[in-house]
Amino acid sequence: MKNLLNKKNACWLVLIAGSYGLISLLISVGVINNVYLTVLMTIGINIILAISLNLIIGVTGQFSLGHAGFMIIGAYCAGVAVKQFSASLGGILLGMLIGIVISGAVALIVAIPTLRLRGDYLAIATLGFGEIIRIIILNMKITNGAAGLILPKLIDWQVIFAAVVICTIIILNFCRSAQGRACISVREDEIAAEAMGINTTKYKIMAFVLGAMIASVAGALYAGAFYVIKPEMFTFNKSIDILVLVVFGGMGSFTGSFIAAGVIGVLNTVLQQFSDIRMILYGLMLVGIMIFRPSGLLGTKEFTFSNLFERFGKRKEARG
Amino acid sequence: MTQFLQQLINGLSLGSIYALIALGYTMVYGIIKLINFAHGDIYMLGAYIGFICTAQLGMGFFPALAAAMGICALIGVIIERIAYKPLRNATRITALITAIGVSYFLEASTQKVMGTGVKTFPQVLANQKIMIGGVMITTQQIAIFAITIGLMLLLQFIVRKTKVGRAMRAVSVDADAARLMGVNVDMTISYTFAIGSALAGAAGVLVGLYYNSINPLMGMLPGVKAFIAAVFGGIGIIPGAMFGGFFIGIVETLVSGYGSSLYKDAVVYIILIIILVVKPAGLLGKNVKEKV
Repeated sequence: MKNLLNKKNACWLVLIAGSYGLISLLISVGVINNVYLTVLMTIGINIILAISLNLIIGVTGQFSLGHAGFMIIGAYCAGVAVKQFSASLGGILLGMLIGIVISGAVALIVAIPTLRLRGDYLAIATLGFGEIIRIIILNMKITNGAAGLILPKLIDWQVIFAAVVICTIIILNFCRSAQGRACISVREDEIAAEAMGINTTKYKIMAFVLGAMIASVAGALYAGAFYVIKPEMFTFNKSIDILVLVVFGGMGSFTGSFIAAGVIGVLNTVLQQFSDIRMILYGLMLVGIMIFRPSGLLGTKEFTFSNLFERFGKRKEARG
Repeated sequence: MTQFLQQLINGLSLGSIYALIALGYTMVYGIIKLINFAHGDIYMLGAYIGFICTAQLGMGFFPALAAAMGICALIGVIIERIAYKPLRNATRITALITAIGVSYFLEASTQKVMGTGVKTFPQVLANQKIMIGGVMITTQQIAIFAITIGLMLLLQFIVRKTKVGRAMRAVSVDADAARLMGVNVDMTISYTFAIGSALAGAAGVLVGLYYNSINPLMGMLPGVKAFIAAVFGGIGIIPGAMFGGFFIGIVETLVSGYGSSLYKDAVVYIILIIILVVKPAGLLGKNVKEKV
């Protein structure tokens, strides 16, 4: 536990507390009104979705197009829990936990057969699974079919903020653990990793299940924050929206996912009146990024305080 | 039994359309190993071009079909030149994301130009019902089936007997060796896109005729299903795509006829997953061992 208390962790803590303080201050002063707060909450949920997909696509290199399927599981578990048990924060958190378990179990069932496939075949198989999950939910009684569920607002921005922090810490710690390194080696060269004695299937499944569980958290937050959930919100298009965030920020860069979620969140608000043009721009942006900068905004670069200190230290040495 | 035969006939009509789209997927995949996600949207554009030609320009069915095929072929080549050509040597995932981007662009642009609503496709072909032993066949279904078979025979002729077809087969086996032998690889890829897109355009006009209604997002689901059909038959193999298209069409109609139409899409996806897990090369495909 001793090495938990060092300079860079302290800096991260200050950054987290600082941004929390800044947001509360701006709300109390009235700079962030209800509209902006909604934008901010959407960005928070999108950050969670983007980093969870980034873990699968960017870090492990497994191309999944079924991420909305796990989000819908989270959303509906939370929604059903609120309807069946209690319409309170406790009820929705219970639903979130159930959602995490179910989503993890489903991801395991999906992963074991499909992760043997590679590249584009995997993409199509996950797309199929995502749609199957959605069709099942569409046809269930407890989920109220195509009409969806109408929920009270139970999640406020503090909960989303906490969820973003916790999910980020979990994913980053996973990536820097031995398992995470193994996942990166699968991305870099699956055959070489296998030759080095890494059980590639195991690590692919691990990353996939973790990503799916975190996507379900985002789904539950969405259900609690935005009143209505319907199966039609979580089609294949939703998976593509998440993919755009990951690709735009840079596959493999979590800092990039944060920035992309922020930029696209703001862009969506600005372009709200022109929602038809927005989709055209999305398409052009995807093609453009892939042709001119396939690594996205940041590639696989990350912003860390330890890097910052290192660079700062070097500059001092050079001067001295 | 009558009901089964009836479903079979309906399935064959739907399957013809899937097969036409699947051919484009399989040809493009065979030659540059790209899942052309925008292919379903070319089919949608074909339907809209057919709509404009018949409803607004007052053309007959066959001129409209020819126009849709020609314009779609052109659009396919333009897309290939602008979006996919710069990525020849990129990873397959990069190319796949580009294709998704193109698909978004086509859908959103059509929504912008033609409106998001459903358009009614005019009845340009006489639709008579013929009863054979309790089974109803419409003349439209016969026309769809006949046109599909005709186009498939034409495609087989092009691929097997012409110089372009030979170049296409050569490039799909080994692009570098083909280039060394003097085949213009870029040109051949463009031809492939043109032929595949023309078939999708034809499918679009036929589906407009069959269902009477078209909308800008109509290409998404049939696009994915046609891809599943191509995978089912063995992607890159032309007879496989035809077979897969008919199979998926028939399964889908049988599921909605006997079970629940709510689950028809789920069943198609389940077939895909079973095929991918059990025999990823497809029914007619051969397993290729991976070389290190």
